[in-house]
Amino acid sequence: MTITQQFCTFFLGEQLFGIQVEQVQEVIQYQDMTRVPLVPEVIRGLINLRGQIVMAVDLRRRLQIEERTAGASMVNVVVRTQEGPVSLLVDSIGDVVEVDEKTAEAPPHTLEGEMRMLIAGVHKLDQGLMHVLNTEKACESLERTGA
Amino acid sequence: MSDLEIVKEFLVESYENLDRLDRDLIALEKDPSNREILASVFRTIHTIKGTSGFLAFNKLESVTHVGESLLARLRDGLLTLTSEITTALLSMVDAVRQMLGNIDKTGGEGERNDQELIATLTRLLQPKAEPSPVPTTTKQKKRHHDLPQPAPTAAEAPIQQSAPQESEVSPSVPPPAAADLQHAGEPLAEKGASKPPEGTDGNVQQQARGQSASDSTIRVDVSQLDKLMNRMGELVLLRNQIVQFTSSSEDSGLLATSQRLNLITTELQEGVMKTRMQPIGNIWTKFPRTVRDVALGCGKQVRIEMEGKETELDKTIIEAIKDPLTHIVRNSVDHGIESPEARTAAGKNPEGLLLLRAFHEGGQVNIEITDDGAGLNSERIRNKAVQKGLITADQSARMTEREITNLIWLPGLATAEKVTNVSGRGVGMDVVKTNIEKIGGTVDVQSKAGQGSTVRMKIPLTLAIIPALIVSTAGDRYAIPQVSLLELVRLEGEQARKGIEMVRGAPVYRLRGRLLPLVYLNRELKVDGKAPDGASSAAASAYSGEAENANIVVLRADDHQFGLVVDEINDTEEIVVKPLGKQLKIINIYAGATIMGDGKVALILDVLGLAQRANVLGEMRDREATEKAGKQSLGVADANQSNAMLLFQYGESGRMAIDLDLVARLEEFPRDAIEVAGNQEAVQYRGQIMPLVRVSDVLECKRNMAPGSGQEALHVVVYADSGRSVGLVVDRILDIVEESFVIQQETGRRGVLGSAVIQKRVTDILDVPGLIASAHPVQEPTEVLT
Repeated sequence: MTITQQFCTFFLGEQLFGIQVEQVQEVIQYQDMTRVPLVPEVIRGLINLRGQIVMAVDLRRRLQIEERTAGASMVNVVVRTQEGPVSLLVDSIGDVVEVDEKTAEAPPHTLEGEMRMLIAGVHKLDQGLMHVLNTEKACESLERTGA
Repeated sequence: MSDLEIVKEFLVESYENLDRLDRDLIALEKDPSNREILASVFRTIHTIKGTSGFLAFNKLESVTHVGESLLARLRDGLLTLTSEITTALLSMVDAVRQMLGNIDKTGGEGERNDQELIATLTRLLQPKAEPSPVPTTTKQKKRHHDLPQPAPTAAEAPIQQSAPQESEVSPSVPPPAAADLQHAGEPLAEKGASKPPEGTDGNVQQQARGQSASDSTIRVDVSQLDKLMNRMGELVLLRNQIVQFTSSSEDSGLLATSQRLNLITTELQEGVMKTRMQPIGNIWTKFPRTVRDVALGCGKQVRIEMEGKETELDKTIIEAIKDPLTHIVRNSVDHGIESPEARTAAGKNPEGLLLLRAFHEGGQVNIEITDDGAGLNSERIRNKAVQKGLITADQSARMTEREITNLIWLPGLATAEKVTNVSGRGVGMDVVKTNIEKIGGTVDVQSKAGQGSTVRMKIPLTLAIIPALIVSTAGDRYAIPQVSLLELVRLEGEQARKGIEMVRGAPVYRLRGRLLPLVYLNRELKVDGKAPDGASSAAASAYSGEAENANIVVLRADDHQFGLVVDEINDTEEIVVKPLGKQLKIINIYAGATIMGDGKVALILDVLGLAQRANVLGEMRDREATEKAGKQSLGVADANQSNAMLLFQYGESGRMAIDLDLVARLEEFPRDAIEVAGNQEAVQYRGQIMPLVRVSDVLECKRNMAPGSGQEALHVVVYADSGRSVGLVVDRILDIVEESFVIQQETGRRGVLGSAVIQKRVTDILDVPGLIASAHPVQEPTEVLT
């Protein structure tokens, strides 16, 4: 019997990432946010999610991937963390994929910096490699990263 | 009702009863003959004992049983209440409370040995004097009927059956009872446990009784109220949005409806807030006990008085101030109030007084804890603070008495030289201050040697929904809690450019003669005109480099004032405070966030954090200290002598001061603006001709009419007296000081009143009329009169 897991996938540039669907609260369109001065720049701002104030983290900045071009679109992937919901800003959203646990591999050693810390594993999919994000880690100790 | 529910019900009821017990016992100690209180105490213990019996909490039952026996004696007048008995009974209450706590947590009473307590109680059962012969059971029954409320006979009956101890039912046979009681716990417990059906009957009865006594109230889970409050917050936000949308509408029906919604939401909000309000008396009730214990522990006599018990505060705030208050109360008794001997020696009542006061003032609750003790020993605080390196000796010399006493809030300053069991509990005064400030309150201490000290707290009524001023800077909106707000100042055009001056590189504004340090919000937040992500460019363009006008929000932080310069002052609004995530708490200048009427998020500024970040508090402290020290060191008794003086320089090194009240404005004129009218220099100023007097020329008796002796502008002090203006040309404006000084008369120099020591330097005091007269012996009053 194979154990399968569902992942919500999204893109940062060409790279495909995945978050376990159980951790995703919702995906919402980009919306205006309020910037928070003096905080590390990975925190893009605060959004109003139906009365709840949610911090939006720029996942590109978090993973130290080059900045997106000005005016490029973004999508909020709201994930559940122990500290409450956090929105991860990604470039675009992909499908929900079901993968066999057996396709999982440890992250390649070639990964560097923050990527190495935050990628829990890699799944080989037909359309390419899907990097599994450790959301809990991606949303914590932000003061070490960014500005 | 399941067993668990019964236990829970029992716990809730017992906790309430215990609180009352503490109160009653203290009251009883003061008035041992008060049968009513005694009966109330007896009933409370009796109820706990009875219920614990059928719920099979054996240890609990055995402890309360002995206590009950003791109380029965007291009630029947076989014993009189002594301090020793009260202490024993109070420790019984503590034991019961602990056991209840264990039951609450683990479901069992926990491993404990109360033999000692039981033995003490039993020993006290033995009357010291010969008990007067008391008729037997008939009298006992009669007593029951004598009680103000009929004893719960139905509830009591099964318990009496299960515990047929003579001591309880007929207290008329004391000697054998004492021996019996040693073993009272065990048989009683077994029997109690084996009789659940009867016990349950009793419980039902008691519940029925409880309900009839409190028909008008219901008990609500706090989490339920918290949820309600959250929803209420949402509703307030929605209301704000609706009102904002409809305000531009022309549909009168819609407008009326939205106004009605506005009104009802406000009322509903008040109502919901009210459900969370609790009288402060709720936490004060345990203070008589605290005071008694502490006073007894250190051999003092202290009476506690309370005023304003009914003053209401939000539950979360009540919880937050409970520990700080307790700490201060304990401290006051332990360190504030002197021993009876010392008090008598000082001519005071040997019994010290601790007064708790609470009252509403300005949308806040003030709480004062006053003792009539020795007051704080400022010398000791001063020495300790210097010794611990918290302040320098130099600083300490310049501090006022009040500033010294308020040093007790600094961390690391434990003033208690004698460490007692009361102090050293890990809660220092700094923790008190931190906790009070965390909820937006302030705390302050005043002390008078020999007469006592007062700790004053100012606490907000609620935390969830607060009035706030909305400001914007660099296109973003920020909320400033109204409690910190003092006033708003708007400087327009010329005022904005001239009104803001620099003192040693720091911007200040002169607010009614006092220098107000300024903090630019945009610089402090390091935000420029660049629009934030997605913000409308219109908002960003409103911010265009140096603003034409300056909006100063005068704020109070920690008893000091500073001005926050913002781009725009929008409005005041009721905002719902939402906490920020842990990641954002690392920056202490945000107190939270809120959602505005348009659905966008706005950050709430933490005024104290902002002031600390901008470093305006320290400066102000230094400054005020200097000013105060100046007054003191000069030893001028008359405080009215301390005028604000403007210091300026004339010639190469002359220092001169002029009374600030005589100064209308400070102006700068380009040199080519000087015209000569008659034999006199003058400038056009506000549609008039203002004659100029060169101070250095007059005083140094030179006559230098050459206007072009330098490129920089002329510094002019505009002197105004009964409608006429004269411009005094000085070489440099030095400072504005507020100091007391003694003018030493000096004759011989025209235009000089005398000299004084200001800022530790000899300074001449300007005599303006004399100066003007000497500069222009022939006055042409028509020229300068308005």
